[in-house]
Amino acid sequence: MTRPVLDVRDLRKRYGQGEATVHALRGVSMTVGRGDYVAIMGSSGSGKSTLMNILGALDVPTSGTYLLDGVDVSELADRQLALARNRLIGFVFQAFNLIPRTSAAANVELPLAYAGIRPRERRRRALAALDVVGLAERAGHEPNQLSGGQQQRVAVARALVTEPALLLADEPTGNLDTRSTADVLDVFDQLNAAGRTIVVITHEPEVGARAKRLIRLVDGRIVHDVRQAPVGVR
Amino acid sequence: MSFAEVVRFALRGLSANKLRSSLTMLGILIGVAAVILLVAVGNGSARAISDRIEALGTNTITVMSAGRGGASLTTELAAALTDPVLAPGVRSVSPVVSSSATVTYEGADHEVGSFVGTTPGWFQASNTPVGEGSAFTADDEAQGRRVVVIGPTVAEELFPGLDPVGRQVTVGGALFTVVGVLSEKSSTGFQDADDTAVAPLTAVRQVLTGYGALTSILVEAAAPDQVDAVQSEVSTILDLSLDPAAYRIQNAAQLLETQTQTAGTFTTLLGAVAAISLLVGGIGITNIMLVTVTERTREIGIRKALGAPRRVILTQFLIEATLLSVIGGALGVVAALVGSSFEIVGVRPVIVPSSVGLALGVSLAIGLFFGGLPAARAARLRPIDALRYE
Repeated sequence: MTRPVLDVRDLRKRYGQGEATVHALRGVSMTVGRGDYVAIMGSSGSGKSTLMNILGALDVPTSGTYLLDGVDVSELADRQLALARNRLIGFVFQAFNLIPRTSAAANVELPLAYAGIRPRERRRRALAALDVVGLAERAGHEPNQLSGGQQQRVAVARALVTEPALLLADEPTGNLDTRSTADVLDVFDQLNAAGRTIVVITHEPEVGARAKRLIRLVDGRIVHDVRQAPVGVR
Repeated sequence: MSFAEVVRFALRGLSANKLRSSLTMLGILIGVAAVILLVAVGNGSARAISDRIEALGTNTITVMSAGRGGASLTTELAAALTDPVLAPGVRSVSPVVSSSATVTYEGADHEVGSFVGTTPGWFQASNTPVGEGSAFTADDEAQGRRVVVIGPTVAEELFPGLDPVGRQVTVGGALFTVVGVLSEKSSTGFQDADDTAVAPLTAVRQVLTGYGALTSILVEAAAPDQVDAVQSEVSTILDLSLDPAAYRIQNAAQLLETQTQTAGTFTTLLGAVAAISLLVGGIGITNIMLVTVTERTREIGIRKALGAPRRVILTQFLIEATLLSVIGGALGVVAALVGSSFEIVGVRPVIVPSSVGLALGVSLAIGLFFGGLPAARAARLRPIDALRYE
């Protein structure tokens, strides 16, 4: 088997000190292979957001190791962390987090700009990514001119434009209606079919049902880890 | 990530909040314009003062009676100053009496501030050229002829619309013939230098002042750099017959120096006041940038999550602040250049080029300095905290 995209060993995260200590993660270990589509489910307070932030290199664990595409993230300095977020991870947030008053194309271009890619090439790749999510004709629209589902698809385009090893989605459909949810999930299915590794954090069963592997988190521990479909075929 | 790219991000950030950006720039604009303009006004008034003093003739010294010691300035003393052996640097000596007098012409009268009696050499020495007609001659002076050269103000008052040359005016009960009119002098001061009349010394003594002491003696040096030498020569000669306490010598060059120093202090003071407003403008930038950083915390978080390194965030906000101050500063320079073409409180401002450079440089420094704190704050934000910020 090839090198796993995600390799997490005995991840622990504590907040606060003394009596007020909160154990958000109490030893999470898992590996995610290339091309997998994983849904991490859990009720609020189960530690899934903490896990997501650590997986996204936005936060650091109290203990445990985290190898992202073979790189030990906990040993990286700010500069390399920024590089890792830029090259290895594509984020999709619950709140879309597009930059306001900036066109969809410019939003999608942003990670490429930080990667130092030339404007012409950037524009081409941004439009290609928007085409993948079916929004090529909305490239010039600003976020407030797009519906929630469209904004989230722009965010997905932005996440995949750098061709990251891992697409990380935190409650991507949490703010969306049924129709838009279906649109976004269709995009995820397509991307996974094209070989992208996707980790989705959600509390919606229908989102979990679409994934190939379902992990259930309770009180900072993995309680279920079920494969629903084989990797690579669908 | 190229620098031009970061500048583009910064520009986009600024244009997102146009009103706020322009108000912040206004603060710097006013500060820079005030510095340049006030320094220009100070410089302009210094220039005006030195022009006025130079108009008096910088290569002259004036011997004035101090009114003490009994003995005083006489024509004999004045004549003694024309001594090629003891005072080789002296070109001319003009004894001067002056008083105020009422000049009357056909029922119209005018009070002349300084009615001067002197010798013909005075016109050149005091840098007072005659415009129309001519000055009186040495012969006029010797014969005590009652002729007078009047200043433009007097001519305007007494002969509106008429040519004064050749007409007769009454001064102190005697008739004087107007032979010339002085050219206009720049008179930016409180005294009107054009409100004067000049007549032969002998005639003025006869009619107005009597044969007492001279008011002053105007000594012209052969060259400007000999003024100091002439001053010591003159005092040597005067000390032979006068108590040093009985007279004092006014040196136009020294006067000029003193006045220039005073004007310099004045300019510095004005500049300092204006610099305070520039500082206030700078604090305005910090304030706005802090608000901007707080308001855009989420955006900063997004950018970091997308892989923006600390340095790029720092540069972006630093450039935003610097752009605010530099654009504001450049507009301030323009405003000052426009403003300097108008007369301000009676002074024509003269722009000091170095003040433009200084103000621009200071505004750039202000942007970097006052933008630094908020920019550093933005760069230090942890992405996770920034993203959670509501």
